[in-house]
Amino acid sequence: MIPDSEKPTNPPASAEQTPKPVSAIPTLAQAATERKAVTRSAALERIRKTHPRSSGIQDTAFRVLILFTAISVFAIVAFIVDQLISKSHPTLHAFGIRFFYNDEWDPVNGDFGARPFIFGTLVSSFLALLLAVPLSIGVAVYVTEMCPTRLRPVVSFLVELLAAIPSVIYGLWAVFVLAPLLRDYIQPALAKTLDWTGLFTGPPLGIGMLAAGIILAIMVVPIISSITREVLTAVPQNQREAVLALGATRWEMIRMGVLRNARIGIVGGIILGLGRALGETMAVTMVIGNSNYISKSLFAPGNTMASVIANEFSEATGDLHLAALVEIGLALFLVTLIVNALARLLVWSITGPTGRVRA
Amino acid sequence: MIRSLRVILCIAALTACALAQTTLNGAGATFPYPIYSKWFAEYHNLHPEVQVNYQSIGSGGGIRQVQAGTVDFGATDGPMSDEQIAASKVKVLHVPTVLGAVVPAYNIPGVSQEVKLTPEILAGIFLGKITNWSDAAISKVNPDIKLPNQNITVVHRSDGSGTTYIFTDYLSKISPDWQNAAGKGTSIKWPVGVGGKGNEGVAGMIRQLPGSIGYIELIYALQNNINYGSVKNSSGQFVKASLESTTAAAAGVKMPADFRVSITNPPGKTAYPIASFTWLLIPTSPADKNKGKLLKDLVLWALESGEPMVSALSYAPLPNEVADKVKAAVNQQVK
Repeated sequence: MIPDSEKPTNPPASAEQTPKPVSAIPTLAQAATERKAVTRSAALERIRKTHPRSSGIQDTAFRVLILFTAISVFAIVAFIVDQLISKSHPTLHAFGIRFFYNDEWDPVNGDFGARPFIFGTLVSSFLALLLAVPLSIGVAVYVTEMCPTRLRPVVSFLVELLAAIPSVIYGLWAVFVLAPLLRDYIQPALAKTLDWTGLFTGPPLGIGMLAAGIILAIMVVPIISSITREVLTAVPQNQREAVLALGATRWEMIRMGVLRNARIGIVGGIILGLGRALGETMAVTMVIGNSNYISKSLFAPGNTMASVIANEFSEATGDLHLAALVEIGLALFLVTLIVNALARLLVWSITGPTGRVRA
Repeated sequence: MIRSLRVILCIAALTACALAQTTLNGAGATFPYPIYSKWFAEYHNLHPEVQVNYQSIGSGGGIRQVQAGTVDFGATDGPMSDEQIAASKVKVLHVPTVLGAVVPAYNIPGVSQEVKLTPEILAGIFLGKITNWSDAAISKVNPDIKLPNQNITVVHRSDGSGTTYIFTDYLSKISPDWQNAAGKGTSIKWPVGVGGKGNEGVAGMIRQLPGSIGYIELIYALQNNINYGSVKNSSGQFVKASLESTTAAAAGVKMPADFRVSITNPPGKTAYPIASFTWLLIPTSPADKNKGKLLKDLVLWALESGEPMVSALSYAPLPNEVADKVKAAVNQQVK
């Protein structure tokens, strides 16, 4: 016999319902099915009554703690943005919007402009994408479609290993291996054959925009390829079978059946890779040549936003110099934030927040 | 066992308290870091209760920390400007400790001899006006060297640096064009060239790029076996940087009372023109009297017994007259 105090309280709205048999342990799921009739607090009260040891205080404390940790993440980001804006106030005030298209970077005379760095960041990142995208999509297609099953985990592991290498190691490798290679073999060959484009003029130094683009491409390949692999695997098998049934060749099947369906996800992966390339500091600053000028040639040295901050921040003389560097940091932060948000939205539109494919 | 462990820990804590170790915190220039490390280690051996913690974050950082009062002393390759001194919460005395020289190091394929460089040539190269090693201006001064037809690649510092300050200070003095185009500073707008991070970065780039020229501290050129040229000084002599010529540069200059002086392009027949002091920034009225006294003793010890150690590490010691003046000033001004 169940004592009266342990019977579920029937709210007045469902007075005409036939009383349901009461289980000894009413669950929230049961409460959910009776959603219209039972309020959440009533369900909690049921739990509290049947589980005398779980007190409301513990639950509330737990909820508050989790809420606090979630909010603190946003709070940290908001604090960073606030500091970036407040510390760059002198240059925001002195230059305004002119800062973003001014070519000068003159700490002695106090004239600062971010254009060479924005140019350098964009050019090196897009060059990296140009080189990395065909490579990563190729790797992903190979691993999902054409690789023998036994080799699949090995190849995918090796590609992911690239992502695990610290960027300063990439920088050192670029300085000691890539730059001499470029200077002695690749750049003279490019200058001889592609000189008419105007992109390969100037003395072959090894270091410069081309070296930075190549090293960024290598760093970005694992990101794009792993996301591409995920979206390619997520394409339902019946798509592939349907295209094959229509008489397509293997390449046509991959192109029409798989890549076409996965293209939004691939674009999302590309944008994520772009986000990494935009923010990369150490590897780039070692090989880009650190010259604060804009040049059409890929052989010429340049500079990126992250690189100039890393180089000049600790010894920045004068408040205006420091504020200019912080403002460049603010610009970089906003660009990376937008790019990453865009990528997330795009990837979620095809896979959904749970990660499963929406048919 | 736990009980005896607790006893041991208590005794250890009490002993630590009894030893009363004081830590002096300093921050600043990277150039004198090797000699300062040696000095502080030697001083600690002589006085075990004093521990000195020096962070080589750069001259700019050192000045800023001293201004804010977050460190006990600072170090810088370029003296504080009048504005920086006015803005500083803490009044400091600039104590020159050692001398350093900045050398024009190059990598000319096929040339291992010493190339003579005049101020005009140096300014021309760094302004981007002289672009090839076979230029007439260079060959005129070096008739006996076969200079190749090779593009000149200028290598400068990508980070702010006291070495840049010394070099651009020299260029500003000897070239009005340079003064207008770039001026002097720890971080400037370089007309041409690629940047390397730190003396090591520039040295590395010079080694790798054929036809390159850059400016590095003498020590780096010696340790990395990079060829460097002699520079014509104000008396018309071509002087190669060495410990003697660097000390000679300081000897000919009249020292002001606050020791903030530039000794680039000095008078003197044997003086090397691109040299500079490096300074310790010592607060004249330190907040912590005990630490202030320990610091004063440390500085006087360095000026007295530390100077003979410097040449082993390829730094140039202070000339005797300068050292005497500095010691007198420290005794008088640092309370």
